[in-house]
This record gives sequence, structure tokens and C-alpha cells, in this order.
Amino acid sequence: MLHRTLSGVPLENHYGPDDVREAEPPPGEFPFTRGIHRTMYRGKLWTMRQFSGFATPEETNRRYRYLLDQGQTGLSVAFDLPTLMGFDASHPNSYGEVGKCGVSICSLADMETLFDGIPLGEVSVSMTINSPAAIIWAMYLAVAEKQGAAWNSLNGTLQNDILKEYIAQKEFIYPPRPSMRLVTDTIEFAARHVPRYNPVSISGYHIREAGSTAAQELAFTLRDGVEYVEWAIERGLAIDEFAPRLSFFFNSHSDFFEEIAKFRAARRIWARLMRDRYGARDERSTRLRFHAQTAGCSLTWQQPNNNVVRTATQALAAVLGGCQSLHTNSLDEAYALPSEQAVTLALRTQQIIAHETGAPLVADPLGGSYFLESLTDRLEAQALDYIGRIDGMGGMIAAIERGFPQSEIAQASYRYQQEVERGERLIVGVNAFTQDLGQPIEILQIDRAAEEAQVAKLRALRVRRGSGAVESALGQLRRAADNGVNTMPALLGCVRAYATLGEMCDVLRESFGVWVEQAVL
Amino acid sequence: MGAGHFPFMSNIRVLVAKLGLDGHDRGAKVIARALRDAGMEVVYTGLRQTPEMIVDAALQEDVQVIGLSILSGAHMAIVPRVLRLLHDKGMDDVAVVVGGIIPDEDAAELQKQGCAGVFQPGATLEEITGFVRSVARAR
Repeated sequence: MLHRTLSGVPLENHYGPDDVREAEPPPGEFPFTRGIHRTMYRGKLWTMRQFSGFATPEETNRRYRYLLDQGQTGLSVAFDLPTLMGFDASHPNSYGEVGKCGVSICSLADMETLFDGIPLGEVSVSMTINSPAAIIWAMYLAVAEKQGAAWNSLNGTLQNDILKEYIAQKEFIYPPRPSMRLVTDTIEFAARHVPRYNPVSISGYHIREAGSTAAQELAFTLRDGVEYVEWAIERGLAIDEFAPRLSFFFNSHSDFFEEIAKFRAARRIWARLMRDRYGARDERSTRLRFHAQTAGCSLTWQQPNNNVVRTATQALAAVLGGCQSLHTNSLDEAYALPSEQAVTLALRTQQIIAHETGAPLVADPLGGSYFLESLTDRLEAQALDYIGRIDGMGGMIAAIERGFPQSEIAQASYRYQQEVERGERLIVGVNAFTQDLGQPIEILQIDRAAEEAQVAKLRALRVRRGSGAVESALGQLRRAADNGVNTMPALLGCVRAYATLGEMCDVLRESFGVWVEQAVL
Repeated sequence: MGAGHFPFMSNIRVLVAKLGLDGHDRGAKVIARALRDAGMEVVYTGLRQTPEMIVDAALQEDVQVIGLSILSGAHMAIVPRVLRLLHDKGMDDVAVVVGGIIPDEDAAELQKQGCAGVFQPGATLEEITGFVRSVARAR
């Protein structure tokens, strides 16, 4: 057995008073190591927010209504790969991919269907969209408008974290700098017009899924956050105008204590960065709020029922680490998008933690543990070291351009895989306690009907809409993109004219160019 | 660093490719490194390859084996296109090995259509490198 955390931090047999520094301030006090609220979950439970989306907007709308009926308290939209990559369902590159990994959205008409009967003024909605985030957000704002919900009443989160796309998730369209400009456009627009909406969710989740260590996830995510802050300040925004609306998204992986330490270290590092490096005065700017999702990459294909247990302990770590919202993975997700039965069990897992374990009754219940405090310090030190190195390279974009985070992650993931191969790390059902059971579960199948339906709807839309209005709106978008003005007003114009996602992305492709990465092995 | 060639003593040449829009490249990169560490020459295409791009690269690089990685669920739509293109170009001697989230019935169908092997989650690096070596030698 390795005496190291999942991320390779060496562990002592036990820890004592010599391993910790002075006691941390109580929960709700700077630097918020112990949590961002004094009362934590007594004041408000975390939001139970299951990431969901598949096939057509009609089918996903039905799943959302079901989840809300089952006691879920927020929505989280998963888009399919063509939508994430800015292609309409009818584009040749979309062949075979429509509705497979999420819901297909090609125009405002699809967005209206997606949220039919769901009041956007009341339900908070998170959307996992990155390169086309500004476009999808414009569609969302237009739907809210049609429902009669005022923009300043909207709660929700746009993922819109393009830097982690270059680092890990790899769903990019444009080169880094024009992409950063689009992100900054949304931060500026939110600060001025949609003040309760989180325009960016700075995400470590995908970095971890790509094989990073916990310390790398922490460091690269927080350094990405610094990059967004610097671009917004450069745009002319004051730190306290936008920093309170920056939110984060972390992975909750299998190493129980290391994950709790990671969440605590994240809050401490961010609070100090915001106050000391950027002069934030508003305390809300220094509070790191985060969503957590249990680790998809820890789910196993073999003995899939074991995944329920993995997810439960990972979810408990996120709660003990003070998350603001949580997604629990379903047992069948090593195979496919989850079935309704599986996703219900995943939601029930959160409800059991919330209402039966007592875990939410006391804020930061593990604070003061010699081991946990020591591990928190250790992760903080490793992350600060990485952040310093990236600062030294000239920032995150320069680091990405030289392949630094990509290569660190590739090394870590190869090292991990070798440990598993050598049997130094045991994974139940995979390299230990194996049974040959075949494929034992029913999985959700998405057939080609979704693709055909989306293509047919697009064809009808192109006939129905006024083509003059579309052309003129796309022309205004082109001018905004070329002239460096905020693209959000022009995107809202395009969306309201029912321009398609692909049409808008094409205008921006022509103006900004496209990004092809140098693969790093 | 960078895409390209890893010349070693072996004369086994493998193209590792990410097929379709899927950007999840953790598995493809681990496999590419494992094949390289096992002494093969590995060309990694990088992301978002169409069937045409993959078959062209296989021809240019004169590989015996193509390893396709796909986790998006689009495998039944796109993998057969690669097989068909290889056949049309008279490249039936190139072995196609697929890895990813491929349900059992799809794996069986892909093998029926001509894939030399399909590796599902949980396959070990040792199994995969051994299999690639054996199909390359058989060519």
C-alpha cells in the first residue's frame, strides 16, 4: 500500500500539535478557510444540482421537470458536442454526435423549448458551455425576457471558463486571446445588467478529470481565476464590481481528506489573492463560492453498483469541505448518460447526506484536526508554488501556449495509470476483487432520431424567420467583433432574430480565427 | 513534446487518433505513451480528426495499426466510415483498434464490420500494447 495521498503527498502514521499552525478564524471570517458563512448549512443547505441534458430540447425539458418534482433545487444544462463546438445539428461535423453527450441547441427556438414551463425568475440555472457561452447566455436572457423575468432577478451560472478548455477539456473554437475577450464581454455585461448571475465558473473539475493531481487542480484553477480578474481590470472594471460574482467548480475525488483539504486551501488562497494582490475591499470579493461534482473518472465500468458507494463518500467530502452546490454522479455513467432511475438514486444520495447523517449541522466539523490542517497547509504550499511559476512565465495564456499545464497533467495521469497497472493502487472491481459479470446494467440509448428531429426543425426555422433581419443582425455582430466593442448587445440582436448558433459562431470564426492545439504527450 | 514521431528500434508503426468532436484525450495520450514505451513508433494526430484526415495520415505515415479513441457515443456513426474509407483506398491491411466507452453490443458489431479489436474501460495497458503488437506482426 502506498503511504501517499491519491495526488502523491506523503503521509505520516499520525499527526499532532506540532504539525499545525495557529488556529484558523471561525467560519464566515477571512480568509474563510473554514467556510464562507458563519452558519453554513444551518443557514442554507447546498443546492442539489444534477447536471443533465440529452437528445432534443423537448426530451431534456421533460427530464428537468421530473428532477424538479423529485426535490432537486436547481438546474444544470449539459449541451451536446456540436453545440459546445459551435456547429448547428445540420453541419457535417455534427454527424452522429447530435444529442449524444447533452442536449442539442441550435437557436433561440430550442432554448424556448428547453425552459418551457420552468420560470427562470425563480429557478437558478447553471449552463456548462464555454466557447459559445456568450451566445448561449444571450439566448437564455432572451427567453427570460419573453417569460417576463427581469434580468436583475436572474440567478444562475455560466461556466464560460475558456482557459481550462485549452488546459484540459479541449472544447475550444477561437484562439486564447479573442476567447478571453468574449469572456470579459460577459463579465462586463453581467456587472452592468445581470448583477446576480455568475458569468464565469472557474473550473478545476475538468483539469482533474484529465488526470491532474489535487494540487494541480487547485493551482491551475486559481491561476485561471487570476487571469480573468486581470482581463476584467484591464477592461476598466473595479475589482469589487465583478469579483463577488466569480464562482468556482471543483472535483470531489476519492481521497477523502485530501479533497476536504483542497476545498479549504482554495478558499484561503483566493481570499488572500483578492485582498492582497488586487485590493478587494468588499468582503464578498474574497469569498470563494464553489460547486462540486463527484469524480466521473473514478467511476468504474466493472461492478457498476460500487459507483454508488464511491459517489456517496465523494459527496460527503464536498459537504464537509463546504460546497455551495453539488452534483452526484450516477452509477451508470462509465457506460452512458444516466438513466432516470440512476439519476434519482444519485439525487437521493445527497438527500440522505443532508437529512440523515448530521453532517450539515456543524460548520467545518473537521477543522482543527491535526491531519486535516496540516494537509490543507501542504496543498496550499504546492498550489502557491505552481502559481508563482505560472506568474513567472507571464501568466496563464503564456503557460498554455508553451504547453506547461497540459504537460504537467499528462505526466500525472500517466504516473497514476502506471501505479494502477503495477497494482500499487487498488481499485475495487478493476485490479482487485474482480468478478466477471459482463455488462450488468440497463443503459440509456440515444438513437439517431434526435439528430433527424433537430435538423428538420432547423430547416423549418430557416424558412420561417425573416432572412433580412438575420443578415442585418449578423452584420452588426461582425462589426462589433472586428471593432473590439462588447459583443453582447449584437449577440442579443442575432438571437432575437433567430440566427442559429452555427451562423453566429461562423461570424466570430471569420473575425477571430480558429485554434488548433499542438498536441502534448 | 509536441505531436510527431518517436523513433525507436521497433518497426511497428501506430497512428493514435481522436475521432470526431470529442476532446477527452486523457486515454489517447496514456495509450500513445504506453505504446511508445513498449518500443513502437507512435504518431499522435491530436484532436478532432475526421475519417478522411485519419485515413490520409495512416497512408502518409505508413502505419500498420490505427488506434481510434472515442468517448462521445458517436462511434457507431463514425468508426464504420473509417473502415469504409480504408477499404476504398485498398488499405485493408491496416488494422483498426478502437478504445472508449463502447457498449458490448456495439463492440461486437464493430468487430463484425472489420475492427481488429475493441477495448472498453478497464482494459490494461499491457493487454492493449500486447494486442497492438500481435496484430501489427500479423500484417
